[in-house]
Amino acid sequence: MQKQKKIYTVIITVFMLIVTLLALFPLISLLISSFRPASDLFRMGMSFNISWDDLTFENYKYIFTEATQYWKWYGNSIIVSVLTIVLSLFFSSMVGYALAMYDFKGKNLLFLIVVFIIMVPFEILMLPLYQLVTSLRLIDTYTGIILPSIISASAVFFFRQYAMGLPAELMDAARIDGATEYGIFFKIMLPLMTPSLAAMAILQGLFSWNNFVWPLLVIRSSDMFTLPVGLQTLLTPYENNYDVLISGSIMTIVPIVLLFVAFQRYFIAGLTTGGVKG
Amino acid sequence: MGSRNKKNFLNSQKIAPYVFVFPFIISFLVLTLYPTIKAFIMSFQNILPGQVTFIGMNNYVRAFNSPTFYIALKNSTIYMILTVVILVIVPIILAVILDSNLTKFKTLFRSGLFIPSLTSVVVAGIIFRMIFSESDTAIANQVIGFFGLDPVNWRNTGWSAMFLMVLLASWRWMGVNILYFLAGLQNIPNELYESAEIDGANVFQKFIHITIPFLKPIATFVITISIIGGFRVFEESFVFWETSSPGNIGLTLVSFLYQQGIHQNDMGYGAAVGVIVLIVVFIVSLINLVLTGAFKRSDT
Repeated sequence: MQKQKKIYTVIITVFMLIVTLLALFPLISLLISSFRPASDLFRMGMSFNISWDDLTFENYKYIFTEATQYWKWYGNSIIVSVLTIVLSLFFSSMVGYALAMYDFKGKNLLFLIVVFIIMVPFEILMLPLYQLVTSLRLIDTYTGIILPSIISASAVFFFRQYAMGLPAELMDAARIDGATEYGIFFKIMLPLMTPSLAAMAILQGLFSWNNFVWPLLVIRSSDMFTLPVGLQTLLTPYENNYDVLISGSIMTIVPIVLLFVAFQRYFIAGLTTGGVKG
Repeated sequence: MGSRNKKNFLNSQKIAPYVFVFPFIISFLVLTLYPTIKAFIMSFQNILPGQVTFIGMNNYVRAFNSPTFYIALKNSTIYMILTVVILVIVPIILAVILDSNLTKFKTLFRSGLFIPSLTSVVVAGIIFRMIFSESDTAIANQVIGFFGLDPVNWRNTGWSAMFLMVLLASWRWMGVNILYFLAGLQNIPNELYESAEIDGANVFQKFIHITIPFLKPIATFVITISIIGGFRVFEESFVFWETSSPGNIGLTLVSFLYQQGIHQNDMGYGAAVGVIVLIVVFIVSLINLVLTGAFKRSDT
C-alpha cells in the first residue's frame, strides 16, 4: 500500500512538472529569444534551432542605451499605475468600510449600484466614455487614461468583506475619547485594513500595468504611450524594432513577476476573496 | 453618549457614511450610469461631427442585415463556448491534483501555473506571434513538422485563427481559475472523503460524487464570468490582427464595435453593437444561471 502510494506520488508530481513547464514555456522561450539577434526573430519567429554561439546581449544593450522612448513609456506606465492604485483604493476602501460598519438609508441601493457596475461590460461604456473624455479635452492626458479605473466595484466588495472582521468596539472606544468618525477611519481602522489594502494595491496595479483597450483609445502621441500600447505599435511589418520589442517585453514582465514572488499571499487573497464567497 | 450632541453635523454617525460613499456615488453617476444611458441613446442616433439625428432602430436593422456582424457573432460565440469548456474542465482537474496529498511541491506548481496570468495580453500576443510564426522554422511549425504535418500559416487560416485566440486566453486565465477552484476545494470536509474510502469508493467515484457537487457554486461563478468574458473578447483578437484580419477570421463582436465606432467614426452604429453585446451576455448568463439552478437555492 505504502509503495503504491509512492508510485502515485511520483507519477502525479512528474505530470504536474510537465504541465507547469508547458505553461511557462512561452515565457521561457521569450527569455531565451531575448538573447538572440533580433533580425532572426523577425524573419523566422521563435525557433528550437538555437545555436548557443549566437547568444548576444545586444537587445538589452540597445534598450538601456538608445531606446529612450521605451523608458518614457515605462515612466508613463508607472505613473498611471500608481495613480490608479492610490485613487481606486482611496475611493473603494471608504465605501467598503461604510458598508461594513454603518447602518444608513440607501445601503441596499448602494449594493445594487456595486452589482450593477460589475455586471455592465466595459465595452458598452467605451464609446460614450470616449466621447466624454474627448469633450472634456482629456485625450492624451494621464487623467483621461486613469479616469474609468478609479471606481472598482470588486475592490468595494473585497474591502467590505475585510472590514466586517474589524473590531467595532474600537470605534466606540475612540468615540468616547473624542475622535471624529473620519479620524476613526483614517487613524485607527485604515491601518488595521493594511493587508486588504496590499492585496487590492497589487491587483489594481497588475490590472493597470497591463490595461490595454482604454489607453489605446485615449492616447494619441507616442510620448504618452503606456507599455502595452507602445509595444503593440512596434509590431508593424514595416519597421524592424524587434530588439526593443523583445527585450522590452521581458522588462515589462520582470517587475510584476518579482512582485508576485515577494507578495504571493496577497495576490491570491485578493483574487479569491473577491470572487468566491466564504 | 451625551457628548455626541456636541459634535458637529458632518461628524454625526448618521452623516459620516454618506460622506464616505459620496466620491464613489459621483464617479458611478459620471463614469457608469451616464455612459450606460448614453450608449442606449446613441444606439438610436446617427452621429456625425456637429450633427446628431435620431434614426430609430436603423442601427440595429443595419447590424442584423450585415453579413460581417454575423461573422463577428459567430466567432465570439465559438470563442465563448471553447473558452468556457477549456477554462472550467482543465483548471478543475489541475486544482484537484494540486489539492491532493499525493502531490509534492504544491506551492511551486501553483505559482508556476499562475505566472502566465501576470503577462500583459500584448506581450502574450508578441510571444504567440513568434511561436506561431508562418516560417517553418518557428516552434509551432517545428512541432507539427515532427509529427509529419505541413507548416501552417497560423494567423491567416480560419481554424487556426480561432485556435490562437482560444489558446492565448486559456494560457492567460488558467492560473486564475485554478486559484478559484482551489479555494472551493478548501470547503470540502476531509471526513467526507474518509468515509467514502471506508465505503470502498475509488478516486474517480470520489471525484464525481463528492468533489464535483461541492465545486458547483464556484463552477457556476467561473462559468458565468467566462461567458461574459467570452462575449467581450477583443484584445485576444487585436494583438494578432489589430482591426482587420484576412476574411474576418479573427473578427469578434467587440472588434466589430471598435471598427465601426472608432475607426469608421460611426458611433451610433458602434453603440448599437455594444447594446447587442450587452443583451446577448445578459440572456446567455441568465440561461446559464437557470440551467445550473442558481436561482433554485434561494427559493427553498
